Amino acid sequence: MRLEPVADPGLVRLIGLPALALAGMVGVASVLAMLAGANPFAVLGLIVQGAAGSKFAALETLNRATPLIFTGLAVAVAFRAKLWNIGAEAQLYAGALMTVLIGTQLGLPGTLALPLMAGAAILTGGLVLLGPVLLKVRLGVDEVVTTLLFNFIMLLFVSMLLEGPLKDPMGMGWPKSEALPRDARLPRIVDGLRLHWGFGLALISAVLVWVIQVRTTLGYEIRAVGQNPQAARFAGIPVGRVMVKTALLSGGLAAMAGFSEVAGLKGSLTLDLSPGFGYTGIVVAMLALLHPLGVVVSAIFVAGVFVGANSMSRAAEVPTYIADISVATALLFMVLAILLTRFRVVRG
Amino acid sequence: MGAREVVLRLEGITKRFGKLAANDDVGFALHRGEVLALLGENGAGKTTLMNILFGHYTADAGTVEVFGKALPPGAPGAALAAGVGMVHQHFTLAGNLTVLENILLGTRPLFGLGLGRAAARARVERLSRDFGLAVHPDAKVRSLSVGERQRVEILKALYREARILILDEPTAVLTPQESDALFATLKKAVALGLSIIFISHKLHEVMAVSDRVVVLRHGKVAGEVATAETDRHRLAELMVGAEVALPHPAPGRAGEMLMELRDVSTPSEGNRTGLRRVSLALRAGQITGLAGVAGNGQGALADLVSGLIAPASGALRVGGTEVSGWSPRAALDAGVGRIPEDRHATGSIADFTLTENAVLEGYARQPFARAGWMDWGRARAHAEAIIAKYDIRCPGPEARIRLLSGGNMQKLILGRALEAGPKIILANQPVRGLDIGALTYVQECLIAARDAGAAVLLISEDLDEIRVLSDVIHVISAGRLSPPFARGSKTVAELGVWMAGQGFADAA
Repeated sequence: MRLEPVADPGLVRLIGLPALALAGMVGVASVLAMLAGANPFAVLGLIVQGAAGSKFAALETLNRATPLIFTGLAVAVAFRAKLWNIGAEAQLYAGALMTVLIGTQLGLPGTLALPLMAGAAILTGGLVLLGPVLLKVRLGVDEVVTTLLFNFIMLLFVSMLLEGPLKDPMGMGWPKSEALPRDARLPRIVDGLRLHWGFGLALISAVLVWVIQVRTTLGYEIRAVGQNPQAARFAGIPVGRVMVKTALLSGGLAAMAGFSEVAGLKGSLTLDLSPGFGYTGIVVAMLALLHPLGVVVSAIFVAGVFVGANSMSRAAEVPTYIADISVATALLFMVLAILLTRFRVVRG
Repeated sequence: MGAREVVLRLEGITKRFGKLAANDDVGFALHRGEVLALLGENGAGKTTLMNILFGHYTADAGTVEVFGKALPPGAPGAALAAGVGMVHQHFTLAGNLTVLENILLGTRPLFGLGLGRAAARARVERLSRDFGLAVHPDAKVRSLSVGERQRVEILKALYREARILILDEPTAVLTPQESDALFATLKKAVALGLSIIFISHKLHEVMAVSDRVVVLRHGKVAGEVATAETDRHRLAELMVGAEVALPHPAPGRAGEMLMELRDVSTPSEGNRTGLRRVSLALRAGQITGLAGVAGNGQGALADLVSGLIAPASGALRVGGTEVSGWSPRAALDAGVGRIPEDRHATGSIADFTLTENAVLEGYARQPFARAGWMDWGRARAHAEAIIAKYDIRCPGPEARIRLLSGGNMQKLILGRALEAGPKIILANQPVRGLDIGALTYVQECLIAARDAGAAVLLISEDLDEIRVLSDVIHVISAGRLSPPFARGSKTVAELGVWMAGQGFADAA
């Protein structure tokens, strides 16, 4: 079997195949629900209901989508330049750390503290990615390895701080930082519900990234370097400098996820701040085909599956792992569908 | 001749890629003991045909018969097993193994001790004697010249008892003298009963070596003639479908020196030859041609002029001042227009639109950008102007450049370079793989740029092209540059001697 490129995919392929991928995901989820001894239709209904069935559910999904938009954007920006940033998790924690440091240690008023927290988070996140990128540009060290390993270093570093100097004296011994003062938190969008302005910032970031990509010379450089570094270098594009700028942008975006989770939702830093948002960001970015506006859609979709599955699991006693599997199969089927819109399988 | 046994027969081979018919009802027969030339321009379908023969592609229609037996379609290895050997343009040898080891590689079971090595060695030695393929069986392939490596490839095919030998553009990497030696080997081989398909787009070689010629044009057989009954003009007409008129430019009028290299050396990297104390002057109003066998430092010189590398020692002067911080950007700013050797890998970005590719070198400047913001309207207008002026056939400025043919892609790269008003033009293999229309057009553009006062450095492996276009010719060999030879002052044979590395001051 071989693949042959399709010159003109046509509407049937462009719409039909992704729809088929979605159907495939639903199929797999149904089989798993049946294996768990539940009625698949009921389970799927509960997932949809749990994700979008009420105002509370929908806002909760958007809440969950917020960090995923940031990490998804971080990955999308980096992957465009073929900079394989697997370290959004580390950059997220770096951002969260700076947020807590500035918010709890300096005693600034909120109007001053919030922009400073965000700015410091972005800068630190960028710097965390800068190291691996300089190693890649100067010495050719594989950034997949360095960024991935940095995740563990950062998590252990945060753990050390939370067990030591940053430990909340009122925290009953839990490894947890002091809470941010009330005025150093992101306000709620809707009173009484948990959705906060971090979501608004995520949407603005997505638009900004999109504008950078299509309207600025930097966006053009990033795409050129990603698609053909040899031609980019020949044309006089400073490939190394573009990589560095990409790193600062990508790391900064991932750090915003940490800022928004701490300042908008949790109020303090703990080791379970992120249940792998940095890694899930890769799935989100891939599902969106690295398009910044697509990232918003795919982040909401992935968040919906997780939130819906959580709620379903309470009602139907089917394990929430069905969400992980569903998202994973969605990604696999979608990648396959994208492949098949561009290529057709030929025998022989 | 027609009474001789047919050893290979292709019938009605058709292969389509989308709308393009790479092969359209192609058929011919190869007889025992003959050299059949497969002649055609790049893109005429020669490579596709060979890929079908070797089972890498499955034909949409048609059959392949070897020694009277049909080959199963799409089965790589079937042709090899039936006794067809191929010598590729790019060799498939392991540099760290010896000649003998390379020949034996893959011919023997994976497990089993070195029994039969002596016998194998004797056979290789006998083959190399019989066919005039002088090469030492214990030499490491890495240490061999390109010509010797090619002999190893041929020996490899012969050792596997190939009775039909296919050579794909075998002379592209050889000096004229080495080519003659190859032709002698081929004559011996057919005398010993082998049959040979010789793939080429060089007319004089086809005339020199073949018994019969099959001409492919646009995927179809345009003609089949006995070599003795035809001539170069007739073949050229069959190949391109029209009378070929090479340009005959009036000699250029040399002006001031625009770029000067003095004793420039650059390091060799891997199997890439660096420059060894090269001195070169590029003058306004002149085309300077660089002749040489592929891989003798042309790449290093091209990289130097285009800004990718800086001299390790020696001086590079542009417009009379020595450069510092030499880079692609610096070269562009100094007025160097560049046409790179590989238009796909270096000259363009496949998934970028024509517009995006048209501003690849000037994107950061006015009028295409202002304070970091792209002005796509202006960029698009620029692309449209190039498309119109250079007659680029394309769906429009927003089409991806990968959809364009090689000739149209090259025209965009040419337009991008020339519209910037360069004082110095590097044209590295500017017409490789182009059809005759695009080829003539590109050459005329270069001549026009010269007449307008640009200094042109033309690098080509095609000696005829160099001789026709250049006002001054240098030969490069092992990173050393010959003195300049004025237009018409050296014959092909004399240049060939220099290409083989003789005549240089420090020749060993």
